[in-house]
Amino acid sequence: MSSRDNPPDTAADLLLPVPDDDGAPFWEYAARGELRVQACADCDEPRFPPRPCCPHCQSFAARWQRMSGRGRIWSYVLPHPPLLPAYAAQPGYNAIVVELAEAPRIRLVGNLVSAADAPLNSVDPARLRIGAPVKVAFHAMPGGVTVPRWILERP
Amino acid sequence: MGATLKDATAIAGIGQTPFARQLPESERTLACRAIVAALDDAGIAPSEVDAFASYTMEETDEVEIAKAIGAGDVTHFSKVGYGGGGSCATVAHLAAAIATGQAHVGVAWRSRKRGSGPRPWKNTRVQLPTSGQWTRPFGLLRPADEIGMLARRYMHEYGATRDHFFNVALACRNRANQNPAAIMYDRPLTREMYMTARWISDPLCLFDNCLETDGALACVVVSAERARDCRQRPVYVHSAAQGLPAQHHGMVNYWNDDPLTGPAWTAARHLWKGADLGPQDVDVAQIYDAFTPLIPLSLEGYGFCGRGEGAAFTEGGALEIGGRLPLNTGGGGLSEAYVHGFNLITEGVRQLRGTSTAQVPDAATCLVTAGEGVPTSALLLRS
Repeated sequence: MSSRDNPPDTAADLLLPVPDDDGAPFWEYAARGELRVQACADCDEPRFPPRPCCPHCQSFAARWQRMSGRGRIWSYVLPHPPLLPAYAAQPGYNAIVVELAEAPRIRLVGNLVSAADAPLNSVDPARLRIGAPVKVAFHAMPGGVTVPRWILERP
Repeated sequence: MGATLKDATAIAGIGQTPFARQLPESERTLACRAIVAALDDAGIAPSEVDAFASYTMEETDEVEIAKAIGAGDVTHFSKVGYGGGGSCATVAHLAAAIATGQAHVGVAWRSRKRGSGPRPWKNTRVQLPTSGQWTRPFGLLRPADEIGMLARRYMHEYGATRDHFFNVALACRNRANQNPAAIMYDRPLTREMYMTARWISDPLCLFDNCLETDGALACVVVSAERARDCRQRPVYVHSAAQGLPAQHHGMVNYWNDDPLTGPAWTAARHLWKGADLGPQDVDVAQIYDAFTPLIPLSLEGYGFCGRGEGAAFTEGGALEIGGRLPLNTGGGGLSEAYVHGFNLITEGVRQLRGTSTAQVPDAATCLVTAGEGVPTSALLLRS
């Protein structure tokens, strides 16, 4: 398999993130329990997804800025079959987009769960609401990759 | 100001195969059938074809097609990316080539066994550039999920409801019910069917999603002068545009200032700049409808209404025959066939020839758009 493959999660067959060169630091920081986004080392503008060059000042110098891990739900969907088997096995799961408190234009796709290691369908879909405050939690997937997940600030 | 595309070229022929959930023939055979039919419609010999254009997702290629149909020496060929966003650009690239003397007779085509073939998102070994790592692990797997996310936000910001999306689905279905070639020809849709349908990705239900179809279509583009000598009434390419907005991210356009201002806005600005006409002059529209929410977003982008007004625009039968803007008069991707939007081009041609199965009286101008939510393209056709 090439580096562009989405290898299955060995336990649950959930898809694992397959980092590209620009995205790799995000996942390395996540494995340490830190939510960081790429920012220009010259003009300080944060950017997501990560890329080689700052679209504002064209600098190739970047740093990884730590975020508080707080944000709000910007939107969400409740996917129903047909789905890949590992996702179909968690009916009622959600996918959400979170806008980060410090940088509202930086939005991360994730899942709202009741606890870092809880199933993807562990929150009642009726609890999902655009604007709801959430905080990050980190989940180590069985394949050895850590992903950010999201928990309601007021569960 | 140098050469202009305005009315310099015309669509002289259209052709298609039957549409079905499954057709027995190969994509290559279907492509050849559609292309030969389009050339016959134009009255142009295959040996005169010297240009080809299609989608990067097209699995048949110029070499195989050219030698099968008996094309002559080919001097222009191009493929456009981003799935259904490339539909109108295939015609635009041929128009540009012909208007600048690179070629004389161009064929654009799309052949796809999407009904028989695998669903692209099921392939876990392929990722869209850069975005897959940020979305797919979280179960945001399919185009319906990606657009559903934007649709929910659109509903939240502007008060759009499922009834607005139903208006879109119903208009397309009603037109398909008039079109014997449409997959949904004999299957009417009711509000109750829509409201009780199963979810695909809440807020999108089954009827918010396009069909899965086998079929092929083609059209022939020549100079306006040549078109006037062809078999059919010419349909002129009045204006054409592609659109990739600044800081756009494709169908997962969550990462810029304003995710709800999509490629339609960019394409529209260029389209109208190159035209003698504006949105108020459009008699009938063929708007890319892989998902119903793309219609209100496109209505805003192409200037038929203001920002946030696209859902309300669909009210009161506006998209039906006799309404403000009759939509997708062959049934569209939602109810005729989903072949990456190429059937919207051929239906636009039929409207301007006066031969649609849901003819808008005296239609003289037609907007055709490609996929919104991905780098897109559009054509303004006139008779």
